[in-house]
Formats: sequence, structure tokens, C-alpha cells
Amino acid sequence: MGGRKKTLLGMAALMLLTAPLAAQSWAADGPGTVELGSLANHYSAVTFNHAMHTGVAPSCAECHHHTTGLAPTDPNCARCHEAGAKAKSVACKDCHSDKPFSAENLKKIQENPKLYHKDRLGLKGAYHRRCLGCHTEMGGPTGCQDCHTRNDKGDAFFNSGKYAPTPSASGGHGEGH
Amino acid sequence: MKKLNRRSFLKGGLAGGATIVAVGTSKQALAGTHNFGGYPDSMGVLVDLTKCVGCRTCEAACNKEQGLPTPDKPFDDLSVFEEKREGGLPRRTSEKAYTVVQKYDVEGREHPLFRKVQCNHCNEPACLTSCFVNAYKKTPEGAVIYDKTVCVGCRTCMIACPFYIPAYSYSSAINPVVKKCIMCYDTRLKFGRPPACVESCPQEVMTFGKRTDLLKLAHQRISEKPDKYVDQVYGETEVGGTAWMYMSDVPFDKIGYDNHLGTQPIISYVKEFLAMVPMVLTIWPALFTGFHLLSNRKDALKNDDNKS
Ligand code: SF4
Ligand code: SF4
Ligand code: SF4
Repeated sequence: MGGRKKTLLGMAALMLLTAPLAAQSWAADGPGTVELGSLANHYSAVTFNHAMHTGVAPSCAECHHHTTGLAPTDPNCARCHEAGAKAKSVACKDCHSDKPFSAENLKKIQENPKLYHKDRLGLKGAYHRRCLGCHTEMGGPTGCQDCHTRNDKGDAFFNSGKYAPTPSASGGHGEGH
Repeated sequence: MKKLNRRSFLKGGLAGGATIVAVGTSKQALAGTHNFGGYPDSMGVLVDLTKCVGCRTCEAACNKEQGLPTPDKPFDDLSVFEEKREGGLPRRTSEKAYTVVQKYDVEGREHPLFRKVQCNHCNEPACLTSCFVNAYKKTPEGAVIYDKTVCVGCRTCMIACPFYIPAYSYSSAINPVVKKCIMCYDTRLKFGRPPACVESCPQEVMTFGKRTDLLKLAHQRISEKPDKYVDQVYGETEVGGTAWMYMSDVPFDKIGYDNHLGTQPIISYVKEFLAMVPMVLTIWPALFTGFHLLSNRKDALKNDDNKS
């Protein structure tokens, strides 16, 4: 179990590293921090500490699959993606679209019967599954606001903070409770 | 327990009702023997329950998209998972919430499993076939929608639905109408876009696509991770197939799914039962004048629906 946990932690690390690289500082193994902000809507951008995560990840492939030139850790991926050349880009966003539900993307998936990765995750799903999957196993932070603070728009969306329902607004006992 | 009761109620209704309404329903009963199987290019949603973290973002998204009332508690309040209805059952969908996330602590599973509940958009919906004023429609895109101006609030669909989905706007005492998830048909699905809840999910728990493609995907995922997933795609065949389908790493009957619904559409049970509902269960004299007209219209529309 410990090994798996380590690998998972690594995943979170590496994946974020290559995210939308708005602002970043570089250390030996890649960026020191990465500002993950391309999806910011209800939450603020995340400043991801890549350097810290590379320190705990056993291998870059934990997060970056086969893109760094290392063998992928998932044997199913290894069936096709053997260790080989480093991909042109190892940034998450270059494979995981920030608009996975766009008309073009849905059309591409529906109209190409030969496409294997029909359910390739979007950027939001890729981040959260990597980070949360590992954090859950490793006991890392898993609360939404542990990683990104919610903004005013987000508070309204969640009916929380100053938008929280007042006892009168919710009309007492609700149906279905 | 409640489930069994309702199922036996329906079956009993069928048996008991058959003699009473035999003449009136013979045509419908015959129509019920064909198997429609769903529109070929209809869309669906594949839900991977193993990925849900119970954040309730999807509930908030639905509330905003559908313009639903202010919730009783904020959508980031996780205490709702501990709320229990009668019989210790978790929250269900309501007039104020077309989708709710439920939490299940499953023995032997390290973490709780979360399950998002909403209308499953059946290929052959019991709500639709049970509605004697034909308020419901299954669109070629896959959504089961309803016309609230036609709904008379008789609650038959609520009894017929095998998944306990339709709710009623009781707050309108004079004209309670059905309220349920419409797969975001008006605002999204009809334009080819995925439902709001699907798009909002941080974990991308839900995959949106053609139902036929989703089934292939689901089986591919299972065969790639046979040790992880239960070898069942819930909704593939249940009650004749549903547009929303589920994958799990624990047996479905451990997390509130009814694995005894069979593969036949519920219409087979309810068709005859329903023909007697308006007379037996709803005492609305005003309706009787309109009933004949409406039921004729229903037959005509049903033929259209199934052909288009
Ligand atoms: S938004 Fe996604 S992860 Fe969150 S509760 Fe809904 S389905 Fe689960
Ligand atoms: S789940 Fe229930 S309400 Fe939804 S389409 Fe099926 S029968 Fe109708
Ligand atoms: S599909 Fe639309 S209406 Fe149905 S639960 Fe999701 S957001 Fe709500």
C-alpha cells in the first residue's frame, strides 16, 4: 500500500507541474511552482508547488503518464505507450482540453470510430482526479478550499457565505428531508 | 420494504385491474408487447461512481441551471449526507432538487461511496406510459421531458417510476405539477450540449455521449480493470435500458440500486393498471369530460413518438 500511495502522490505532483503555465519558476526537474488558473471561475487560481511534489513522487510517470519519456506506471497504458521519446509537451493542458465539452470535441469523439481515448479527461477532471486521488490515499488535503479559495461568484453558486440560506428563505422544513 | 410493496402493488393492480378494464385496455396491452429499445442515436451519461467525491457541485449546478428555489442548506454543507428519511433512507429528489448525492458506507470499502441520483431517462419510461394525459415525452436526444401545462398532478408517474424520481410542487396546493430532472433538455441537450451537472463536476465522474458509445466505453473500462469494477453496467438492460448508466466497484445492490427490476420496460406492468387509475384513484369530475379526448390524443401522440 505504501508504494502505491507514494506513486499516487507523485502523480499529483507531476501532473500539476505542467499545467497551464502562466507563471512559473524552474528548478532542476521542472518548474518550482505552477500557477493553475486557466479554469478559475468559482475558485481562485492554484499555486502548485511542483518542486515539493517531485520530491515525494517516485517517478515523473506517476503524473505524466508516458510524456516524459519514462515507462508509464499503468500496465494498460504500457500496452501501447512504451517508454520512448519525451513528448513535445509534458503540460497537462496540451492533452487534457480545458473545453472537453465543446461542440468540436464532442463531434471529434462521436465521428471517429477509430479513436481509442474516447473518454479522455478534460483538464478539470485530470487535475482533480490526480490531486484528490492521491491526497485521499496519502492523507493530503482534500477539501475544496484547502487548495483553492472560493470567490464571491463561487459563494453565490454554492449558496454559501453571505449567500447562505436564512431560515425564512428556506421555508422551514423542506420536502424530501 | 417500501420498494417491494410498491412493486407488488403494481403487479396486484395489473392482476386486479385486468378484469375491470380488460376491454378498455386490450389495445394498449397489445401495443406494450413490442420492444422499442430506445432511439438509435440518443445521448446518455455514463456515471463512474468510483470517482465521485461527494462535493455536491453537481447539485449546485442543477439548482442554478433549472432555476430551482434556494436550498435549505448551502451546497457545501456536507451534513446533508447524514439526513435520513423514514426507514433510514437517504435524501431523495424533490421539487427543490432534481438531483441529490447520497453517501454509502460499504463494508470492506476504505472510503464511502457517493452516488448521484436523478432521473435515469429510461428508453421506455414508466412515467410516460403511465401518464394518462400524455404529459411526458421521450425525445430522440434521449431526454424524458414533460409538459407541465398538461400535467394534472395525479401522481401516477410517481408510483410507476421504478427509481422514485418524479416529485411534485406541493407548494402550489391548487395545481401541483410534476417536477423532475429533464436532462437539461431545453437549455442544453437539444443543442447537443451536456447537462449542467455533467459539465460542473470537478472529477468528471460523468461521461456524456451517444448511449451506444458509452456502453462500449463502459465495457472497455471494465475489461481493462476487471479487479476494480463490478462486471455490470447498471442501466444497460434494467427496465429496458436507461440513458443514464452506472459503473461501480461494489455490487449495485449494496448502494441502493434495485437489482430486481428485470430487463423488461415497466410498461408491461403498468399499462393496464394505469387505465384504471384515473377512475379509481383520482376523483376529479372535471377530468372525466376531458379524459376521452386526452386519451385519444395520447394514443395518437404515442404512435408519433415511437415512429419518429
Ligand atoms: S460534482 Fe461530481 S464529484 Fe461532486 S458530488 Fe457531483 S458527481 Fe460527485
Ligand atoms: S427514471 Fe422514472 S421519471 Fe425518469 S424516465 Fe425513468 S420512469 Fe420516468
Ligand atoms: S441533467 Fe440537468 S436537470 Fe438533470 S440533474 Fe443534471 S443539471 Fe439537473
